[in-house]
Amino acid sequence: MKNLPRFIAFIASALVLLLFVYPLWRITLEAPQYPEGISMYIWINQITGDTPGTLQNINILNHYVGMQQIVPSSIPELQYFPYVVAALGVLGLIAALVNRPKVYLIWVIIFGALAFLGIYDFYLWEYDYGHNLSATAPIKVPGQAYQPPLFGSKMLLNFNAISYPAGGGIFMGISLMLSFLAYLLSRSSKKTPVNSASLKAPKTKQKAKPHLQHF
Amino acid sequence: MKISKIILACVPLMWIGACNSGNPESTPSGGAMAKNNAAEKVYVAPGEHDEFYSFMSGGFSGQVSVYGLPSGRLLKVIPVFSLDGEKGYGFNEETKPMLQTSFGFVPWDDAHHPELSQTDGVPDGRYLFINGNNTPRIARIDLSTFETAEIIEIPNSGGNHSSPFTTENSEYVVAGTRFSVPIPQKNVAISSYKEEFKGALSFISVDPEEGHMEVDFQVLLPGFDYDLAHAGKGKSHGWMFFTSYNSEESHTLKEVNASQNDKDYIAAINWKKAQEYLAQGKAIDMPAEYLINRYNEKKHMAETEKRTSVKVLLPQDCPGLIYYLPTPKSPHGVDVDPTGSYIVGNGKLNANLTIHSFDKMITAIENESFAGDIAGIPVLNFEDVVAGTVESGGLGPLHTEFDGEGNAYTTFFISSEVVKWKLDTWEVLDRIPTYYSVGHLMIPGGDSKKPWGKYMVALNKITKDRYLPTGPELAHSAQLYDISGDKMELLLDFPTIGEPHYAQAIPAELVKPNSKKIYKLDENEHPYFTKSESDARVEREGNEVHIYMTSIRSHFSPDNIEGISVGDQVYFHLTNLEQDWDVPHGLSVMGAQNAELLVMPGQTETLLWEPVKAGVFPFYCTDFCSALHQEMQGYIRVSPKGEQLPLSFSTGE
Repeated sequence: MKNLPRFIAFIASALVLLLFVYPLWRITLEAPQYPEGISMYIWINQITGDTPGTLQNINILNHYVGMQQIVPSSIPELQYFPYVVAALGVLGLIAALVNRPKVYLIWVIIFGALAFLGIYDFYLWEYDYGHNLSATAPIKVPGQAYQPPLFGSKMLLNFNAISYPAGGGIFMGISLMLSFLAYLLSRSSKKTPVNSASLKAPKTKQKAKPHLQHF
Repeated sequence: MKISKIILACVPLMWIGACNSGNPESTPSGGAMAKNNAAEKVYVAPGEHDEFYSFMSGGFSGQVSVYGLPSGRLLKVIPVFSLDGEKGYGFNEETKPMLQTSFGFVPWDDAHHPELSQTDGVPDGRYLFINGNNTPRIARIDLSTFETAEIIEIPNSGGNHSSPFTTENSEYVVAGTRFSVPIPQKNVAISSYKEEFKGALSFISVDPEEGHMEVDFQVLLPGFDYDLAHAGKGKSHGWMFFTSYNSEESHTLKEVNASQNDKDYIAAINWKKAQEYLAQGKAIDMPAEYLINRYNEKKHMAETEKRTSVKVLLPQDCPGLIYYLPTPKSPHGVDVDPTGSYIVGNGKLNANLTIHSFDKMITAIENESFAGDIAGIPVLNFEDVVAGTVESGGLGPLHTEFDGEGNAYTTFFISSEVVKWKLDTWEVLDRIPTYYSVGHLMIPGGDSKKPWGKYMVALNKITKDRYLPTGPELAHSAQLYDISGDKMELLLDFPTIGEPHYAQAIPAELVKPNSKKIYKLDENEHPYFTKSESDARVEREGNEVHIYMTSIRSHFSPDNIEGISVGDQVYFHLTNLEQDWDVPHGLSVMGAQNAELLVMPGQTETLLWEPVKAGVFPFYCTDFCSALHQEMQGYIRVSPKGEQLPLSFSTGE
């Protein structure tokens, strides 16, 4: 029982490290003349596509409406995200080794905050690509922005843009939930052996309450 | 009670049954009518794919056309032996070497017989070979790109007709001459035919990895006309059979003079024996000049290699190499059944078909039961080797294919029909007219060990009233038949390109997964490759100007060029930087005396432009590539001869 949170924290750390193996997010563009769709994968350290040429193909399509080129080497996040993710994994492993609620809590808070900031940062990039358009674009549609959704699908002129977490993003979400679970379990498992008598008393009290209300 | 239950139970089943029959074999209203509804059998719904790729020779167009079956839809015309302005084939610098021969640039040929490469006697979907009859050549088409990858010239040949039939594992494709010629070529009287003219049968080896062809050896035979061929298979693997006519060795008015002998010969060549003789050094090295042109897919260009000799085996030095099988009436096609047991001789001036037995042939050879010899070549006794005769009731048999179910199908040119008959019993099972005067027929895999005997295509020589008239010249007609039942059933007529002599077909799934979508830019080894727009430039070397140009939706780089003079040779080396499927860019330049370029994604091609007038001339993209295709254009400025501005080039300035 005492090792359960530790076990869960190990799994959570392993899952977050899968971000090195699977992409974080996937954006797919669908149009009649792209029957197989064009999918772009956002990793913590790179942007890839179905084929080596996919990014170029998306940039070609984007240039008609004046969107900036997506150039992975010019996106600083792709340089330092791997360190952030590695640190999160290591922090999880440390928390598992220490196996104390406070350490788990610190991990959960840092993890949660970074995940939120990461997604917010992704949103900002999307906003910038979608709104910061060249003044000399061959195709200009007044009032039209080309920001893909963060989560879900949206028609952008002739393209349906579909955006969802990919494998890595899903594992990261599970990892975050597991880290929180590890924290919760560490609290209860810590209290159980050390202070079992005092715990039992309030429990019976709590149980009694509904009875009282019934009466 | 019970009966009503059964009826109730059947109602939903019938409903389901009706729904199932509606798709994809028949329309929703199909049902019981479907069996005889030809339209439904050839209907391939929009967006769906055909079951078979079919490759038809272009005959005098020199090309190969690719059709889907059963729809009869044209998918592509592959340029092979003839110039093709549509694709710039033979016009751009990269493909000009493909049409080089020892006679120089020969931009046309007469393409007769497509032949798919085989593994274990079954078409494998790697390559398609096709012969050029006029200036003897064999081409190899790569079925990952559907482009001509290689053309080899055949020395000592005068009409490469019995070609390019393959052995079981494409160890060889063959090239037998239909027109015997003096070997080596020399200036002699035509009337010296019987003394001076010989027929060469060539065995072209195919490299199992690269597909590269080489003339491994030739067999020099009497000056007959070696008409068609097919390899043995299974038990007869190791043998190659060639029909011949003109055993009279006439050289004029052949329609009469070559039709006098009651029997001509099928030449049976033991090519495994030939390999032994080669290993023993029995071949003579005969001087011969011929070219091999290979397209390098990484360099995106063809390169020509010259050969100066050929290994020749003489039958008199090589006992057991070749036997003649007497076969009635100027046999045309020679077809070996899927088991390799029977060799069908289609005596084209005959009513009946002669079938030889491979086993009987071997027994006769072992017993040395010969009727005589011709120039040292043993002639077997007809009675010793014949297995049976099909009393066809037709006239003018030309070609036979097989369905893998023990049945054979033979075309009759004169009586304009296909006759279905049974192997072993030789009885006629069915017959059906063709429109009109059928030459070859084709069953997918029908000349291999494993026919896919669902359809048969008749390739007809005469069209007349089959389609809307188009003046005196009419497209040749193909007809698709369903042969899955006892009775053959005509499904579809469709016009074709040039004159499809023969065709081959293969299930789509053996080819489709290997079909390339793009060429990878980072594998491009073209010497004038331009990796990115920032490398685009113009360089002068004397009066040669090399433009390192790129195309990407929707502009060329550079698109403004100055500093050219009349008399310059301007090479547009266009690299298509696209890496997306189906985004070719074209390039045409005003006044160019060749053709356009049509450059696939990742490819580099070169257009030579020799300006003859001073001025400013536009160039533009010819393949509608994007919403801004019309804007994909540029200008090149030409100064009068002798005046030369400094070279300058730009894009977007």
